[in-house]
This record gives sequence, C-alpha cells and structure tokens, in this order.
Amino acid sequence: MIDFGYTLTRDRQLDYDRGDFRYLKLVKSLEPSMDLCIGCGSCTATCSAAGFTNFNIRRLHTVIRRGDPESIKAELKKCMFCGKCQLVCPRGVNLRNLILAMNRAIEILG
Amino acid sequence: MDNTVIVIGGGISGLTAAGMLAQQGLDVTLLEKENETGGHLARWDRLFPDRKKASEVLDFAMEGLNKVKIVTGVAITGISRQDHEFTVSTNLRDSGYGMQDAGYQSPVPSPQSPVPSTQSPVPSPQSQYTASALLVATGFDLFEARKKEEYGYGIYNNVITSADLEEQFKSGRKVLTSEGKTPGRIGFIHCVGSRDEKVGNLYCSKICCVTGVKQAIELKEMFPESEVFNFYMDLRMFDRHFEELYYEAQQKWGVSFIRGRLSECSENPDGSIILKTEDTLTGKPLKMTVDLLVLLSGFVPSGGTRGISKMLGLQEGTDGFINSADQHSQNNLSGIEGVFLAGAIKGPISVSESVADARAAAAQIACYLSSFKVTND
Repeated sequence: MIDFGYTLTRDRQLDYDRGDFRYLKLVKSLEPSMDLCIGCGSCTATCSAAGFTNFNIRRLHTVIRRGDPESIKAELKKCMFCGKCQLVCPRGVNLRNLILAMNRAIEILG
Repeated sequence: MDNTVIVIGGGISGLTAAGMLAQQGLDVTLLEKENETGGHLARWDRLFPDRKKASEVLDFAMEGLNKVKIVTGVAITGISRQDHEFTVSTNLRDSGYGMQDAGYQSPVPSPQSPVPSTQSPVPSPQSQYTASALLVATGFDLFEARKKEEYGYGIYNNVITSADLEEQFKSGRKVLTSEGKTPGRIGFIHCVGSRDEKVGNLYCSKICCVTGVKQAIELKEMFPESEVFNFYMDLRMFDRHFEELYYEAQQKWGVSFIRGRLSECSENPDGSIILKTEDTLTGKPLKMTVDLLVLLSGFVPSGGTRGISKMLGLQEGTDGFINSADQHSQNNLSGIEGVFLAGAIKGPISVSESVADARAAAAQIACYLSSFKVTND
C-alpha cells in the first residue's frame, strides 16, 4: 500500500464515562487521604525526583482520579521515597503510602 | 432633622437595620416592592457553613420589627429632597398587599401563607413617606443563567440553578431528574455569570464557591451512592469554617473537584447532559456525562438597586454595584448626606456579613440623626 504520510492521532480527550477506575478504587481503599488533595503542587515542587526527571506525583494522583491510569506505570519507578512530598503537603496526604498503594495497584491490576 | 428613617428594601439587610433603628427609638418605615419581606433569604433552605435554617435567621431579624412600619408591594416612583427631609413617593404594585403597621406578627410568613393585610389600612395607590435619613438596602438579583446559553439553562431540562436546587431542598422533596430518576452523577458549575467578561461581569460573586460545596454535601446526604463533581476555577473559601466545609466535602462525602471551566454542554436523548471542559490539572480536555447539572449563579445589582441609584444619583462602580464613600471606614455612607447603604447593594456579600453591615449602617444613621459627625470632611 502506498504510504501517503498520514497517521492517525489518538484522541487526547479524557472520556470520563469510559474511564478505568479500578486503580482509583484500590488506591483509595489503601490510602483514603488521597481525597484531600487540593492540587496545589507543593509535593511536586519539593520532589527530589522532579528536579531531574518529569516525575510529577500531583499529576499521577490526578490521572488516577480521572480514570486514566496508564501513564503512571513507567512514572512510579522514578520516585526515590525520600518523603519530602509528605512533609510539605498542606492537607496531610500520606504521599509515601500513596505511592506504595499505586505500586501495589499495578502489582495487582497489571 | 428629626428621628425618622426610611429603609428601602426588606431583605435581610433592610430588616436587620430597621429593627436596630427602631430599638433605638427611631421612627422607621420600611418599603418593600414584593408582597413579602425576607428577600432572597425567604427562598433558601439552609445557610453555609453550619447549615442553619434560613427561616431561623429570618425569624430572628423579624423579632425586632414590632415598632417598624412595614409597607410591602410598593414601587418607588420618585425621591425628592428639601433641606434635611427626603420625600419618597410610591405606587402600589399589582394588587399588592397594603401596609403592615405596628405590631408585626412573628414568625415570618412563608411565601404560601402571606400575612393578611386586612388588619391595616391599605394605602391609596399613591403614597408619600418623609424622613431625615434614607437607608438603601435594595440588594442583588441572581445572574440570569439563560444568558450563558452554552450551559443550557432553560434549554435542557436537567440543567438547574443553585437557587432552583435550594427551593427543592426547602420543599423537602427528593431532588430528581426531569425524568423522575435519582441522579447518579451530578455536576456543579462554579462562576456562572461571575469572573466572566463575556457576560460583562468581571467580579467574583464570592459566595457561590461555598454554596456549591454546601449543596454538594446536601446531595451526597440525600443520595450517598451518587457521584458529585464540582467544576471550579479557584475555590475561594474566604470566611471562617468554609475551608473546613470543603475539607469535609472531600474527606467525609467524597465530593470530587475538577479544576476547569465548562466550555459547553449538550443533551443526550435520555436527557442526561454531556459536559466539555478542560481538566487543567492533567492538561487534557475532559468529557463527562451527568444526570443533573447545577449552575452556581452569581450576583448582579438588583433592578431595585439600579432604579434607586438613578433616582438618587448614587455612585455606581464599573460592576454596577454601588460605591460607598470609602470602602474601609465609611462603607455605609453613600457620599450623599443623609443617604446610607447596607448589604448586597455594594456587591456580593453573605448573610452573616449582611447582618453585620446592616447593624453598622443602623449605628451610623443613629449617629447622624443625633448630629454626631459621621464623615471625615
């Protein structure tokens, strides 16, 4: 077939009605304080890994909530568990356990 | 100058100020265009942040009114001034109720059971009232949500306003979709008619944020299985206990907050509503179907405020609300001698702030009528 140089672009839209909320349900049961996030970004601002990689824990939390957890799988490996995020969180979210819970969710759900 | 005051507007600000003035021995006449006093508060169920019944707050304000001459159902047709005396001319509106003279009966009449006017003499269609001081407490109207046509109010049956929802709460009925179903997913849209140059309103209406949080909790209480989403630009929890209410909504009730302003919505054949917004925290466009959409309508200056402002030549801000002589220390003074301001005429304000502001205005008027100096000049 002749290659005309066209490609199909994946729809970037988050379709909440077709989201995958299995991860959210599991992670939330393991760390309920994730509900308290106000999206301020303090965690990412202080993150040791975020200084050198595109790791963004605030964003990972948000994509799980939106039923779009695919991108977290490769990302989570970048965390060094230093715990600074948890120290600065103004809402007292247990971020270290949130990351452990996300890892656990990937173990269980793939 | 004598001890007479006319209060224009019988909402929570006007009522509170009238009561305070009367208790200080002043001769107070309150003019209200509707057939009932109580204003917006009379239509609301519960108040943020503590969910106090609106009717209890109104009852409290009404208790001090037994010496106030309350005239309802009148339109103000003109205001004139000679030396230190104002004359306010009125016309009866529709088949309006007449004068509720001294001896007002508490508790507050509900809209369904108006206080009969037969005990009092009905004023002739045209009347005149005179006083040495005027308090203008003509308040706000809710932004007409139809103007944001892309949000579908008045077009799609399952799009309602926060005021509609409050009326449903007050009625005690379950909140159902227009198809009579329990809503499984509910969306709240913040800033409808506020912070929006496209409708000419640059300002923040300030109380809608916490109203959205309060109503989200109330719907979760009614339907624990439902999912509730609040779409916001910022959440401005400006007053005491508001942030705690937001915290409770997240922690106890699992209400979700999505940062992004609704661009437009459309209707599915089954009556549900499709929302299109950006989830700005993931940087992606987001589509979501909800069974019920609640628009948090903001404040605009009321028709009464605009009318009285023109008659008196009050200072209007670019937002249409009335500017006081000084926002810091002369916030109840209009800049016109003998004319005072209270409540939402000066911009969006909560009930508790209205009560405080009305009392401050009453104190200023009492000072003015006793010839205490109330201005800097």
